[in-house]
Amino acid sequence: MRRRPPVPDGPPGVTRRIALSFLASAAGAIGFAVTYGLGGQTQWEGICLAVAFAGLATGLAIWGRRLVPTGGYVEEHEGFTPPPDEQASTADVLTAPDSPLRRRGLLATLGLALTALGAAALFPLRSLLPWDRTAPVRALTETPWRPGVRLVNADGRPLRPDDVPAGAVVGVFPEGDIEAGDAPAFAVRLRPERFTRPPSAGHLDGLVVYSLLCTHAGCPVRLYLNGTGRMLCPCHQSSFNLFADAAPVAGPAARPLPGLPIEVGADGYLRATGDFTSPPGAGFWDRP
Amino acid sequence: MILDRLARAFDDRLRLSPVVRKALAKVFPDHWSFMLGEIALYSFVALVLTGVYLTFFFDPSSADRAYHGSYPPLDGTTTSAAYASTVRLSWDVRGGLLIRQTHHWAALIFVAAIVVHLIRIFFTGAYRRPRELNWLVGVTMLTLALANGFTGYSMPDDLVSGIGLRIIVSVAESIPVVGAWLVFIALGGEFPSDEMIPRLFVTHVLLVPAVLVALISAHLAMIVRQKHSQFPGPGRTEHNVVGSRLYPSYSLRSLALFAWVLAVLFALGGLVQINPVWLYGPFAPAQATAPVQPDWYVLWGDGALRLFPPWEIRIAGHLVPAPFFPGVVLGGVTFLALYAWPFVERWCTGDRRPHHLLDRPRDHPVRTGIGVAVLTFFAMLVVAGGDDLIARLLRVPIYDVLDILRVLVLVLPLLTGTLAFLLARALRGSDAARLGELTRADLRAARRRSGTGRPALGRPGDEPELPARDRPGERVELWPDGDRWRWRYRDERAGVALLSNLEVRTEQEAADAARLAYPGVDHVVVPGPPPPSHRRARIALRRWGNAAMGIALLVAALRNRRKRDDVGPEDEPSPR
Repeated sequence: MRRRPPVPDGPPGVTRRIALSFLASAAGAIGFAVTYGLGGQTQWEGICLAVAFAGLATGLAIWGRRLVPTGGYVEEHEGFTPPPDEQASTADVLTAPDSPLRRRGLLATLGLALTALGAAALFPLRSLLPWDRTAPVRALTETPWRPGVRLVNADGRPLRPDDVPAGAVVGVFPEGDIEAGDAPAFAVRLRPERFTRPPSAGHLDGLVVYSLLCTHAGCPVRLYLNGTGRMLCPCHQSSFNLFADAAPVAGPAARPLPGLPIEVGADGYLRATGDFTSPPGAGFWDRP
Repeated sequence: MILDRLARAFDDRLRLSPVVRKALAKVFPDHWSFMLGEIALYSFVALVLTGVYLTFFFDPSSADRAYHGSYPPLDGTTTSAAYASTVRLSWDVRGGLLIRQTHHWAALIFVAAIVVHLIRIFFTGAYRRPRELNWLVGVTMLTLALANGFTGYSMPDDLVSGIGLRIIVSVAESIPVVGAWLVFIALGGEFPSDEMIPRLFVTHVLLVPAVLVALISAHLAMIVRQKHSQFPGPGRTEHNVVGSRLYPSYSLRSLALFAWVLAVLFALGGLVQINPVWLYGPFAPAQATAPVQPDWYVLWGDGALRLFPPWEIRIAGHLVPAPFFPGVVLGGVTFLALYAWPFVERWCTGDRRPHHLLDRPRDHPVRTGIGVAVLTFFAMLVVAGGDDLIARLLRVPIYDVLDILRVLVLVLPLLTGTLAFLLARALRGSDAARLGELTRADLRAARRRSGTGRPALGRPGDEPELPARDRPGERVELWPDGDRWRWRYRDERAGVALLSNLEVRTEQEAADAARLAYPGVDHVVVPGPPPPSHRRARIALRRWGNAAMGIALLVAALRNRRKRDDVGPEDEPSPR
């Protein structure tokens, strides 16, 4: 067995500093455990763990810098162009007469088999969209709004025309489908004489209903600039002019908000007379 | 003693010692910029550790669940299990909030470290042959990091993340022909679907991390196999690596960095609130909040969506919606360009040689200019992602901010790119070591020089190695050390002495290694290790310095005493 030379002292004070750092680390760890045990407190837990790891880091860093040789070493680099004979002999092994790589015909059929397998393996991915679900284009085009569906507010209470006072925006949903992702709409009462373009879905004494989903990227257009008749999208700041059939006037949206045709039913509640005038929300390839 | 026996037991069965000896002697360059990738690595470790803890408490389900706990505003409300369990994790699981916030901060720093690492690799040309493969792996990991950041951000089913998910879904739906199908297959139906959160969860905790672990392993294995690149300097050639050995100094330093990363992450996780989902409320399709910004690494995409004009195209009755261009095309082009860059550059410069010496940014003004321009472009997109905040802060109408940003995002990159190109060329053409030392004449020269000056890749490292007789003062010294041999390289003019990282068995092995590292440099066999002269000089200097200081103090004390003696003899000088 080789005799080991004694551990050198190192520069004065360094070992003490390292040991102190590690002690601080241990104190941090104990502090964390105590904080946790006493009921936990996020800030103190974070500080204690930070102290624990910072102590560890300081100690290790001083150790690496002051007690061990740093820098001044060189390692050779053999390069990556292998000698030609080495390359050739490897190639020889791979292309020996009995090498599988030489049977081109078999390789071709093997390739065919693997390609077929790979392609077949893609088919079950289709199950990720269950077969009984509506096909994408129809699902995106249609919403739960049908003729006769009553308009309800977020609490599910049916709305009368009086529930939409002038200057207020009321979120409306199809009765029974409040959670539907593509159905949210808003009702707002405007002064009909200010319409510069008649609403495509019609209006009831200035009461209009439009889809709440921005035609840019589908965010809810929640910000109403009262008096200007502008609806603003908080996500990308598209702005729609409600006096001009919700046409986009600024920002990245290119299409108007779809309108919802409504009527007052025999029971005095607001009802839809059909679906939105066009598919709500962001655009897609097969959008009519 | 126990460690000793354990090590022996393993070695007797696996014969690890030769491998371990070589591995421990691996040399790492000492430049700080080589630690950036390690910050990413250690953030990833932190992410895995904190993330595993979180999975014990998070319930990835859209099913209804009532929250009962210590956050009063939500107590008794029914939300999705994902949201309820996230609130529970934050308020009612002891230590849960710390781990959750640390996890989120770690994700932000993980992506940031990757991006900064990539920028370093880009500006120093470290992706050139033979490291193109590792560049591809790295760019892939960046995409995966972004994907995992986004899936993790979306999982709690809170209002802000739900809106973010809806935007991404809208961008995906904008892809021609297949967009709607891609989205429906991914989500199992129309947004928001019940399958959404479980699928995000599996992607976030299993699929992407597994691929990341495999790619990180490949990334590191390639670094070990190819060895590090290094900046040019005395004693550094295309055939060696100069720096510190893995053991002991580099492993200590690297572990210290790991601990620093954890310290910073836990400090942030404990003290700086992030993603307080209980304030946002659960996702509801009709709810929105403003201002709303995603995590920083998605901000460039959001900024692009905000800036792009409302242009939509109809092709034979089909719609290509506006988000397609800033969302899909920009993202696709960005990553395709990143993937293709090493090959594009090789094709443009015709430089097919392997490079182990790095460029400084000035060595390649075109690359530097392009890099700075692209970075400015993305920085402007990030700024645009906060255009509503800017408008609110400056009290300027939002659409004025938008118009200005639309111009700046196109003009500013051209300006900064050109400026960087000119500065790099001025630095290359002059003797200035830093930007501050550039003279006006240098700048004027850089503007005039139209590619006729030094060639684009003209650096000492690119020229063929000169034989040693043209470089006097250089030599390789070999000596026996017990039953082993060592060697070192000395350049007296540059004042450098570099020790071989390994002890070898024979003189021949030592000579071969030295010839590989320093081709053409003369070998000399010396009797033993030369004394570490500089250290002795330093110690001597310190001694002399101490002595001089002592004398100076003594003289000062004496003079002081004399003065006091003048003032009054009864004043006792303080004993020294």
